[in-house]
Amino acid sequence: MDGDDRVFDDRTPGVEEYEPTASYLSYTAGLGFAILLTITSFVVAQTNLLWPPGVPMGLIVLAFAQIGVHLVFFLHLGSGPDHTNNVVALAFGCFIIFLVIAGSVLIIANLNWNMMDMPVSLRH
Amino acid sequence: MTIAAIDAAPVERVRGRGGGGPASTRTVVAYGFWIFLLSDFVLFSGLFAAHAVLSGNTAGGPTGAELFNLRNVFIETMCLLFSSYTAGLGALSAERRRQDRFLIFAVLTFVLGAVFLVIEAREFARMVAEGAGPGRSAFLSSFFTLVGTHGVHVTGGLIFLLYLMAQVVAKGLRPNVLRRLLCFSLFWHALDIVWVGVFTLVYLMGAR
Repeated sequence: MDGDDRVFDDRTPGVEEYEPTASYLSYTAGLGFAILLTITSFVVAQTNLLWPPGVPMGLIVLAFAQIGVHLVFFLHLGSGPDHTNNVVALAFGCFIIFLVIAGSVLIIANLNWNMMDMPVSLRH
Repeated sequence: MTIAAIDAAPVERVRGRGGGGPASTRTVVAYGFWIFLLSDFVLFSGLFAAHAVLSGNTAGGPTGAELFNLRNVFIETMCLLFSSYTAGLGALSAERRRQDRFLIFAVLTFVLGAVFLVIEAREFARMVAEGAGPGRSAFLSSFFTLVGTHGVHVTGGLIFLLYLMAQVVAKGLRPNVLRRLLCFSLFWHALDIVWVGVFTLVYLMGAR
């Protein structure tokens, strides 16, 4: 960034401030990518294009890609220095979400595995 | 340091991180709303975890493959995606003080969001009528909680949008109204991000 006289400021999430005409393009490109990824997800889920046991992993990858598209093209999160606060907050949020999901699934799956089988007399 | 020395000092090129002194109200408001949205994602992550664990526990009741209509889910997804797009264009129009264009985009956003909600409500009503209500199995309890919470957020977003349209008409695009609009468009994009998780985890994986 040396030689660049632009003064950086903390960036507002959701706003593309410096290039007003780029914003329409950004939303339209984001819409295009998101539609493409959504259609791919639905096709992959309902056909055998992918090796069937790999479909859930494929769907997860497509979902992460689409979330990335939304963050970059709709919420305008970037990697520039003026985005530091927003990206650090997002990273912390992702960390908590990872702890909640991975921790819950691990603990509950373990409890479920250790659960005694219900006696036949209590089943309906 | 004298005033002359301060004036003579080279302009420091600020690198974000608050180095430029207090941020504008707009930046602070949007950042606070961003933190709220992240906490909302944490709320949803708990519901996603519950659904991931309980989705197999159908207690002899209907499974996702028998209940879900993926064609409707695809239409719902497209409604939310396009309403996110029109919300973004509406926010841009508002930034440029184009009130008439903002209102057109806001109405489009509202209609697409309402279509989404109607499709979802009809799905829920059909499932309850078929005896697959939230009390049927752990799978359906977690399904209705997760998808229902997202639906409640969309409903809240639509009320928020109506309220903002009324404010824009009554007060014009003043800075404080523009800040509220910015919060709305952040909220609406965030709901679309949550929906990506819902249609992938709940519907596409659940229908297999």
